[in-house]
Order: sequence, then structure tokens, then C-alpha cells
Amino acid sequence: MDEVDRNIVNVLQGGFPICDEPYLAVAEPLGLTEAELIARLQRLLETKTLTRFGPMFQVERMGGAFVLAALAVPQADYERVAEQVNALPEVAHNYRREHALNMWFVLATETLEGIPAAIDRIERATGLKVYAFPKLKEYFVGMKLHA
Amino acid sequence: MPDAALSPSPSPAGGRGEHGEPLARLDGIDRRLIVATQGGLPLVPRPYHALAEQLGLSAEEVMARLRRLLESGVVRRIGAVPNHYALGYTANGMSVWDVPDERIDALGEAVGKLPFVTHCYHRPRALPLWPYNLFAMVHGKSRDEVEAQVKQIAALLGADCRAHDVLFSSRILKKTGLRIGG
Repeated sequence: MDEVDRNIVNVLQGGFPICDEPYLAVAEPLGLTEAELIARLQRLLETKTLTRFGPMFQVERMGGAFVLAALAVPQADYERVAEQVNALPEVAHNYRREHALNMWFVLATETLEGIPAAIDRIERATGLKVYAFPKLKEYFVGMKLHA
Repeated sequence: MPDAALSPSPSPAGGRGEHGEPLARLDGIDRRLIVATQGGLPLVPRPYHALAEQLGLSAEEVMARLRRLLESGVVRRIGAVPNHYALGYTANGMSVWDVPDERIDALGEAVGKLPFVTHCYHRPRALPLWPYNLFAMVHGKSRDEVEAQVKQIAALLGADCRAHDVLFSSRILKKTGLRIGG
């Protein structure tokens, strides 16, 4: 990744215009041609420097829900439980974290009712209590990681 | 993607979200537009025209619908999502704080404004195991950097912080993101 790529990543985290030729509109202030910008974006996606380029959706505004949840998994059962949790399509991310609650995952469902149903399936499959941490209020969500 | 899974399932008119807020109304065309773009925007000079052709719409309609989805918050923004690790942000800590409920909104807003905090939420406690009600994700290039950032949050919270912890992620077990209607 060179200085030009860094500029592209920094600028495009902030947003992308809706107009006939948006790449052209963004390329000019970056000192690039439209074709150069598109080629670089392609490479940033191929090399997984960018995980996505496009609209970011808020599932809550469509009637769905995102809920952070955690399990306290005994070490001996960790791999089995990870497999059981990951098998659910509703599990969007899952991370091991170092705490008594050592497995943290995000449930994403298209309807509100999907969340308790997914929690119930995880509890029955793993035999463990799911601790759910639904957001009560969002203060900030955004990417502002400087490349 | 198979079309059968998409329409006709518009959002319930007048429906409410998890916090009672009115939901955006989506019709079958909005849903097709979401499904067509959830993998990303076409990397061609006229991406909205390319989508229009794919969906059998005019480019003007695609752009008008995307603007409306942005205004209603269904689309948070259009842009690039960097891979933290590729940018060198290899340490990510979920910092969690026990602060007084009656002060949490002011504290949460202040913490969310810090440049290294990428997500900041009020969430419920789960006593006695989990006394924390304020969650702030912190990204840094090393564990030391994250720990220094957590100290800055602690300084900002001052006496309002009754207890805190930082949970580092030691392994990614799964990362796919949400997919609808496919």
C-alpha cells in the first residue's frame, strides 16, 4: 500500500457520492484518473486491504436486529462450542476474548423475533447460558482508522 | 441470487424497530437493490447505471432510491470498509465501563468522540458476572497503544468510572456479516 492507496482508504471511509460518474468525481481531487482509481480499488479489495466497498446497511432500520452476546465456555469444550455457535447463519461475527465470558458473537437477524429464537437454539445446542447485551443506546459508530 | 427469497416481503407499514422507532418502509424494489449491492458497488465508471441495467430500472430511479435509503438510515453510508489488520490495527480491545446510569448518556457521547473509539454503546449489565454498562471498542497498532487509549478514557470518565476492564480479541472465530434475502 503506497501513499495514494492510503489517501483513497482515508477519503473513501467518509463516503461516496451518488451521481452519474462518482468515481470520476472522487478521482479528480485525489489527483487520479477515473481508471486509476477503479484499478486501485479493485486491488485493495483483492488484497483484502478493504473488506467491502459499497453501501453499509443498518439492519435495525429494516426491522431486523443486531445483538451482541457472550458465553462462558469451559476450555475443554471450546472448539466444540465454537463450531456449534458458528454453524448458525445468524452469527455474523464471533471472537474469542480473554475473560470469564470468553466467546463474544453478534447475532444479526432480519426480524426481531429471530434473536430469541437464535439464542434458544444456541442454549440448547451448547448447554450454556447465553448472555445477551442488546444495545440500549448508540453513541458512536464509525470507522475513522487512519491508513 | 434467487429472486424468490426477495419480494414480496415489504416491511410492515407503520412497523416499529427494537427501540420503538418507526421503521423505514421498503418495497420489493428496495430489497432487490439491497441484495444487488450488499456484495459491493460495481467497479465501473457508471456504477448506478450498471445496477439500473441489472435491475431493469432507470439510473435516475436507482440513485433516487439510494438517496432515500440514506436519508431514512437504512443505508448508513456508501463507502470503503478497511480491514483493520491490513492497516496495521492488529490490537482491538473491547473496553467496558461501569458508570452511573443517570450520567451515561453524557459520558457515552464524550467517549464516542475520541478518535480511536470506533463503536460506543450503552448496553445492559448482567450482574453479578458483568457490572459494565458502557462499551467502547478501541483499535490500535499494539496492545500497549490500546492500553494507553484505555487510560485516556479512564481519565475522561474520572470518578464516574466505578470499574472497568479491557477484553482483547485473541482469535477471530467467524466473520461474515449479515446477508439478507439470498
